[in-house]
Amino acid sequence: MRDFIADKIKDVKPSGIRKFFDIVSEMQDAISLGVGEPDFDTPWHIRDEGIYSLEKGRTFYTSNAGLKDLKIEICNYIKRKQNLDYDYNKQVLVTVGGSEAIDVALRCMINPGDEVIIPEPCYVSYVPCTTMADGVPVTINLKNENNFRLTAGELLDAITDKTKILILAFPNNPTGAIMEREDLEAIAKVCIEKDIFVISDEIYSELSYGDKPHVSIAAIEGMKERTLMINGFSKAYAMTGWRLGYAVGPEALIKQMIKMHQFAIMCAPTTSQYAAIEALRNGDSDVEMMREAYNQRRRYLIHAFKEMGLPCFEPKGAFYVFPCIKEFGMTSDEFAIKLLEEQKVAVVPGTAFGDCGEGFLRISYAYSIDDLKVAIGRLKIFVEGLRK
Amino acid sequence: MREKILAIIEKNSRIDIAELAVMLGEEEIEVANCIAAMQEEGIICGYHTLIDWDKTNIEKVSAIIEVRVTPQRGQGFDTIAERIYKYPEVNSVYLISGGYDIMVTLEGKSLKEVAGFVSDKLSTLDSVLSTATHFILKKYKDHGTVLTKKYTDERLKYTP
Repeated sequence: MRDFIADKIKDVKPSGIRKFFDIVSEMQDAISLGVGEPDFDTPWHIRDEGIYSLEKGRTFYTSNAGLKDLKIEICNYIKRKQNLDYDYNKQVLVTVGGSEAIDVALRCMINPGDEVIIPEPCYVSYVPCTTMADGVPVTINLKNENNFRLTAGELLDAITDKTKILILAFPNNPTGAIMEREDLEAIAKVCIEKDIFVISDEIYSELSYGDKPHVSIAAIEGMKERTLMINGFSKAYAMTGWRLGYAVGPEALIKQMIKMHQFAIMCAPTTSQYAAIEALRNGDSDVEMMREAYNQRRRYLIHAFKEMGLPCFEPKGAFYVFPCIKEFGMTSDEFAIKLLEEQKVAVVPGTAFGDCGEGFLRISYAYSIDDLKVAIGRLKIFVEGLRK
Repeated sequence: MREKILAIIEKNSRIDIAELAVMLGEEEIEVANCIAAMQEEGIICGYHTLIDWDKTNIEKVSAIIEVRVTPQRGQGFDTIAERIYKYPEVNSVYLISGGYDIMVTLEGKSLKEVAGFVSDKLSTLDSVLSTATHFILKKYKDHGTVLTKKYTDERLKYTP
């Protein structure tokens, strides 16, 4: 038989965490710090709206771009948070998680050979989605000494005459880095000068622990017309399993994205859309409560790493810390496997998020303080054992 | 800082002060002083343990009693409330709005003991007009904690 599989998918590397799954599935009492989703349940009033919509028999498709009320609430939310005005009818697409928005956006923008700049370490889907869309991923290795922020200099160095898109993902998974207004202004200047479009993945926007709230690059002067803002409900409202996100941006792009979404997906899940309306209308206090809890755990972990002597810059966003383990002379992979085998603590090696994650670990604090304490206790024993 | 401390210790009064200080990003001494001040001011009134007695071999009966009373001139409900709360078996006494005036919760060793308290002591108080006793059959949730189910983490061990 012929080989029916396309070459370009065969060339995509599988996720680096696969082998850890196999090891951990054999273990009874492993503690995981490897999860990229909230430990909170979706707030009950939001779940209740989902249930209510099912009871009412709202089990039909919605319009391709999403429920009108939801799109209006999304626009209200962005107005509230970023003081930006979008037309709910022409500039919003409700998607199956932020992930779909990333994929559809890239496929709607890339012509073969177009270069997409991807600062790493970053979420795992940007590079493969770019490749699958026939684009050329150009990665930038972000630096620990810059607190893993992107600088204008680094961006300029990566730009060629084929560069079309920059993917900006802050607050960042896996580093927990954020970009503040001044950082974004420098990036915006380059993007405008070099005529580059920005896909801004702001899925962790509500989980920002600096003195000032999260700023979108779309809110920087001259950027709204060249930015696609991607966000969703997974992290802010603990709604990962509902699979609901959205993209907001220039009408010309959203129009094409709706077309692709229509043929690939039809529409985002109806139940989730009804629940999301409730989240945006009455969920602010839940978000606040969860943010405070994450922030307390974040401080706890940073303190614990300091006491352990593990170098770690202070992450100010998302729910990850990214400590450096270079002193032990092991690769991130070796360290993570040994830690899992010896102390039964699961962490993700930094290399799962790009080659420049070598020497780092991603540790999630989407766990209760009690769980974190046990895990950190084991990590401490492990680290002290290595230092002997 | 007070609000944040209270939110945490309301759920976990056994938390170590040093740990609390780390979680709040404050100095340990300041947190300790803040708690001491709140105890002094009567904001923090006690540190209790939430126990599900049903899981022990100890027999206990809890009841909620609705009490209708005649308020007394010049003192309103305070005097009668005080008469009620002085009984050690009484857990809580609330003045409430609605169909009756005072809600009493109490714990006894047996049904008989609770019944005895209501008929001999509570009902015979001068200003008490009537009582309605509700025995608690099962506690599902108490003080914000679900007693009937244990939390299990069903998330995948690794997600990107």
